Amino acid sequence: MVAELGNFALILALCLALAQSVLPLVGAQLGNARLMRTGRFLATGQFVFLSLSLAVLTWAFVVDDFTVRYVASHSSLTQPLIYKVTAVWGGHEGSLLLWVFTLGAWGAAVAYFSQSLPREMLARVLAVLGMVCVGFIAFTIFTSNPFERIVPGPMNGRGMNPLLQDPGMILHPPLLYMGYVGMAVVFAFAMAALLGGRLDAAWARWSRPWTTVAWVFLTLGIAVGSWWAYYELGWGGWWFWDPVENASFLPWLTATALIHSLAVTEKRGGFKVWTLMLAIITFALTILGAFIVRSGVITSVHAFATDPERGVFILGMLTLTLLGSLTVYAWRAPRVGLGGAFAWYSRESLLLANNVLLTVACTAVFIGTLYPLALDAFGLGKISVGPPYFDAVFAPVMLPLLLLVGLGPSVMWKQASPGETFRQLRWVLAVSVVAGGLWPLTVGAWRPMTALSLMLATWIVLTALLDMHKRMGSARQPLAARLRKVMRPSFLGMHLAHVGLALIVVAIAMVNTYEVERDVRLQPGQSASAAGFDFTLLRMETVRGPNWDADQAVVEVQRNGRLVATLLPQRRYYDTHAEMPMNQASLHRAPTRDVYVSLGERLVGDAWSFRLYYKPYMFWMWSGAILLSLGGLLAACDKRYRLARNRVVRPQRRPEATTARPQEVAG
Amino acid sequence: MKRSLFLSLLGLPLWLAAGLAMALAIGQPVEFDNEAQKRQYDTLVRELRCTVCQSETIHESNAELAADMRRRVYDMTLAGHDADAIIEFMVQRYGDYVRYRPPLQANTWLLWASPFLLMFGGALVWWRIVVGRRGMAERPDFTEQERAVLERLRHDA
Amino acid sequence: MKLRLLLPLLATLALLGLLFVGLGMNSRDLPSPLVGKPAPAFALEALEDAERLITEQDFIGEVALVNVWATWCSTCRSEKPLLMELAAGGIPIHAFNYRDERDAALRYLGVSGNPYRTIAYDPRGDAGIDWGVYATPETYVLDAEGVIRYKRIGPLSRQLLLDEVLPLVEKLRAEQLRAEKLREAKGVAQS
Repeated sequence: MVAELGNFALILALCLALAQSVLPLVGAQLGNARLMRTGRFLATGQFVFLSLSLAVLTWAFVVDDFTVRYVASHSSLTQPLIYKVTAVWGGHEGSLLLWVFTLGAWGAAVAYFSQSLPREMLARVLAVLGMVCVGFIAFTIFTSNPFERIVPGPMNGRGMNPLLQDPGMILHPPLLYMGYVGMAVVFAFAMAALLGGRLDAAWARWSRPWTTVAWVFLTLGIAVGSWWAYYELGWGGWWFWDPVENASFLPWLTATALIHSLAVTEKRGGFKVWTLMLAIITFALTILGAFIVRSGVITSVHAFATDPERGVFILGMLTLTLLGSLTVYAWRAPRVGLGGAFAWYSRESLLLANNVLLTVACTAVFIGTLYPLALDAFGLGKISVGPPYFDAVFAPVMLPLLLLVGLGPSVMWKQASPGETFRQLRWVLAVSVVAGGLWPLTVGAWRPMTALSLMLATWIVLTALLDMHKRMGSARQPLAARLRKVMRPSFLGMHLAHVGLALIVVAIAMVNTYEVERDVRLQPGQSASAAGFDFTLLRMETVRGPNWDADQAVVEVQRNGRLVATLLPQRRYYDTHAEMPMNQASLHRAPTRDVYVSLGERLVGDAWSFRLYYKPYMFWMWSGAILLSLGGLLAACDKRYRLARNRVVRPQRRPEATTARPQEVAG
Repeated sequence: MKRSLFLSLLGLPLWLAAGLAMALAIGQPVEFDNEAQKRQYDTLVRELRCTVCQSETIHESNAELAADMRRRVYDMTLAGHDADAIIEFMVQRYGDYVRYRPPLQANTWLLWASPFLLMFGGALVWWRIVVGRRGMAERPDFTEQERAVLERLRHDA
Repeated sequence: MKLRLLLPLLATLALLGLLFVGLGMNSRDLPSPLVGKPAPAFALEALEDAERLITEQDFIGEVALVNVWATWCSTCRSEKPLLMELAAGGIPIHAFNYRDERDAALRYLGVSGNPYRTIAYDPRGDAGIDWGVYATPETYVLDAEGVIRYKRIGPLSRQLLLDEVLPLVEKLRAEQLRAEKLREAKGVAQS
């Protein structure tokens, strides 16, 4: 009976979402405070029921209720408890339930944290979120219900795909979904602004922290996924330009653009129409991602039995979202004024260039992802677009962007002088060119592209340091006071994130150019070497885990006769999927390189095949991703967002000393 | 491999007839006569698609077909065929679909031109907006009415 | 201003249309560029007799099917009754026994019947690559000249045979007949 409770809770949540998408909106139009207030209660109630629903599904997994079809196909008796719990999102139906739960959580968070927003605004935001919820909950209930029963249930479940029985599974999907779904909040703020006709610096200030937080989650989600693929799968790869990966990368690119364009909207009242458009596009791209991944249109060359019903449903949602929001946009956007004037060389113009480049990058990836589909649809042939294409196309767009990352923060709003910037930054430029130019020589042969990337990375870091130094002001002041100036969260956050990006650039440049990969055949006692490291196979063992057996190799890694690490790569055979052996790579990290061993197949006799990797600077990739997210988090925590909220009581046109002219938009 | 990870995460069925295996494709290590051959092999296996897999190169895939294709690339490389000849051989059998780097031809010129067109279009948009904004007369930051409100707030504080 | 609003709308509609068409598309249709080309060369042992060499010439001569199968492939097992019917109906079927074990394959054919005229034993998938095989089962139709005229990736079905394969075989046989008559006529004229 418990599973039916979960289903029931889901249906109740749908009812509440329906009410939430109508009542507050009507209230906001009529100016009825009571109707507007319902939004908050409905959002909270919806969250409660969605939590209940998710809890019920989790419970069904924990107690091995194999009469629930979804549990039977994604869990088994011996699966460790943690993977029973993560199996909740180990398949289509459950992951969708996690998706709607996350949506509910964002809705409740908005209802709770934005109480000081003007009530019309909050009511509209919640109503739009309610509409999104209706779509996704209905999708879950009608096409992908995780609570479906099979009677009689099997004695044991089929077990979760061994690939997913990994710590990465605990973090990756929830983080990714938090990011993906968070874009719905961004969208809701944009739509509320359009509906209410209120689009000023204050609006930008309200929606900015939400955007940044959603972006942080998306960044972390993508990074954890990449890290998971890197170590668990033993491919040594971390990004494959796969349609499914691109599906998460596209909204990340536009969300990054959005963060920067919101900065202009908040500080200078500019780029407003474009900011709204970006918010709409970003959200549409998340739905498009769901479509790509779940309908099987692009990835399913060999998926025999995908359900076209699901694809049609998501496509319907995408159509409604796009046409609905574009209609409102077309109706309202022309009334939104332009921002203040700015010169061709100013922070605005550079941020505009940033947005243009990010949009170009996003469109290029988008075209590369959908081009094969389009050709096929017109009967013009079947082609594949893969990593060689994306690598060739993406890098040239990114390099100028990296130059801007260093330049932007040191250039003034409205009008600046290139000569002045050059005077300030010429030493930084010189040091970057020299340091970046010499850096590759510490690892291997000199390559122009690698050197250029490293120059740009150094440039970003040095300009950030210089900017912070400048902000500290005169050395006559006490140190504490000077530090306090730099410790402004949004300022520090921006620079942290930029430095994080620089670290990632270093890692990509280094690993793409200098990684070493070698397949070898080893018998116990034999050695092989790669990139100056000697790998000795000491012995082979068999190990038993909670629900798997494994062959394990004991490999000693030495450099110049000194022991670096003892690595234990495994080849696992899961009880439920013995025909599908899994590689568990083993790696040793150091600040400037990873060494890493994967165990392959057993060859003749007691020889085994191994793949040895030397990966320079991989550590910088993950540290960079952490800094990127940390920077975003800091920026979102800036005091002025909270102050602004507390001060705003009535949605009057309220001049702000720090902002340009507030915009007059008909309400 | 990562794609199968995502796909299994989403419960998409895979084509079992293809001899699906989740393990890493590490077979018998291959030996070459010279560096150039090794480089050619390493490049080719990363640019050819495993045609029965969910978007994987034959380098990554553990499917049997991918192993066959790798072996064929290896044999042809050792026999002295150059990269173009090997790609041509695969294309004749599996179509352009097998190439992860699409060839430049009638149905792909738009694909290859698109980044340049986009960059050009982007630059144009940037220029037009910047010129437009620069030409805008400098307006006072606040209207009279707003200045009054500002004054009042200052007094209140 | 109008254009600026119209453009996103048009782009959106185009995208939605494309995705909709994509949904309805049969993404299983993998390309078969070999259709229209002569049967690729190969040299393999016969399944029944390791001493006997089979080449593409053994497949050529009359309109025939070439089936790629293996004992480990359950779809192949389920399409086999259809092949038995075709063979009984007088259509020659040649085969690649793909990535299989000789004993298992022979035992299987011994128990459940053998629709094949010639079987090339391809344990390492060598000819598989030459013939552009993706996965078992696959079926080719060769005309009398040995040109590949049709390829089916995946199992055959009765419907497919009636709709596509058999009419094609009829047509090819008619072509063959015409060609032979033409040759005869030429022969008569010359003599």
